[in-house]
Amino acid sequence: MADDSTSMDRRGFFKRAATGAAAAAIPGDMHAQEHDHDHQVVPSDPALRTKALESLLVEKGLVDPAALDAIVDMYENKIGPRNGARVVAHAWVDPDYKKRLLADGGPAIAELGYTGAQGEHMVVVENTPKVHNLVVCTLCSCYPWPVLGLPPVWYKSAPYRSRAVIDPRGVLREFGTELADDVEIRVWDSTAEIRYLVLPERPAGTEKMTEEQLAALVTRDSMIGTAKVAALGGDKR
Amino acid sequence: MNGIHDMGGMHGMGPIRPEKNEPVFHEKWEGRIYALNRALGAWGKWNIDAGRHAIEQLPPADYLRMSYYEKWLVRNIGLLVKHGLVTQEEIETGKPAPSSRKLTPPLTVERVVAAAARRPNYSRPDTGAQARFKVGDRVRARKINPTGHTRLPRYVRGREGVVDRHHGIFVFPDTNAHFQGEQPQHLYSVRFRAQELWGESAAPRDAVYLDLWDSYLEHA
Repeated sequence: MADDSTSMDRRGFFKRAATGAAAAAIPGDMHAQEHDHDHQVVPSDPALRTKALESLLVEKGLVDPAALDAIVDMYENKIGPRNGARVVAHAWVDPDYKKRLLADGGPAIAELGYTGAQGEHMVVVENTPKVHNLVVCTLCSCYPWPVLGLPPVWYKSAPYRSRAVIDPRGVLREFGTELADDVEIRVWDSTAEIRYLVLPERPAGTEKMTEEQLAALVTRDSMIGTAKVAALGGDKR
Repeated sequence: MNGIHDMGGMHGMGPIRPEKNEPVFHEKWEGRIYALNRALGAWGKWNIDAGRHAIEQLPPADYLRMSYYEKWLVRNIGLLVKHGLVTQEEIETGKPAPSSRKLTPPLTVERVVAAAARRPNYSRPDTGAQARFKVGDRVRARKINPTGHTRLPRYVRGREGVVDRHHGIFVFPDTNAHFQGEQPQHLYSVRFRAQELWGESAAPRDAVYLDLWDSYLEHA
């Protein structure tokens, strides 16, 4: 691509991006009026706009591109639901750890080395034969990053956020999880900086498994509460 | 504000669509905007509550249409301009103003790992705020309709519950989002019976727990 067309493109969508930013910064009723004139808050190509924004911020010395690479790498390769799975498996095999984990989640999770943003204040809730826990954030998409990584699209979506609180049994059914009427469902709406992790039930028939083997059974969804842990051959979601 | 972001209890949003073997980022730009958001936060010009509020202020139709990371993109552009890190003209031209001097980013690659492991803390235990409630108290979420940022969802306003847990004293988002100070308050986990929230058709044993600040509540 020639330099000229690159700079034209860049200018063009930055202008549109700026309109979006301005609109987003205008509060209340002024917003509605502004909106009539300019419906296109988000131009079609967020990839191009992100690239242009990044080059501007790098040129201004506002961000270090190598730091951005490192952050992406961390969340793509290091921080994810395997962390939470290790916490769960450890709690299954070590009753003292489980006690500490349920009493004060943050320090117990930190014992295994998992700390950081969106895991500042952790509460771990335990599933039992009579209680099933389900985590949601109806207002945005709060999620315990250090133990589960970044949330899947469905967790951030309007269907899940709207229905988890009013129809948790219906939501669970969509995930293939059917609960008996005598099981109490507790839905945790993450409205503050407290982040919730579900400690799923250890499946029967796993008594002889090692901690590592147990961790391999624990799925992300079982720690959000939309699924249970299957002993073998379960859905790996 | 009574915005579209406050979705708890709405119908009509369609089925939930889980994706098998979902990647962390579906496209490269999503990872970049996620990282940009983190790196820009290190300037300390805004806070997590102001960041959430910026997204809530998107027009409802756009909020529903845009993907999660598109919202982050627009939010960051808005915050950068609002807080003077970037000018409107720079956004429009895509070039730094000739007069602007090159800065040094606070989040360098050497600091990323340490910064990511640090536990930012929203708890303010020593501020001396008074607790009006204790575990076991019957409470009612107040019927209030703030036009600014709030973390009190509409679906619990006016509903009665029981204080299940006392979390301690935490930064109050309703003021912090508007740079009116942290004004820390006691924070409680309140249990609401599903039937109290949704009526008799809800399962009798089920409950929803919300983390609510002291001033969101009154004695029931």
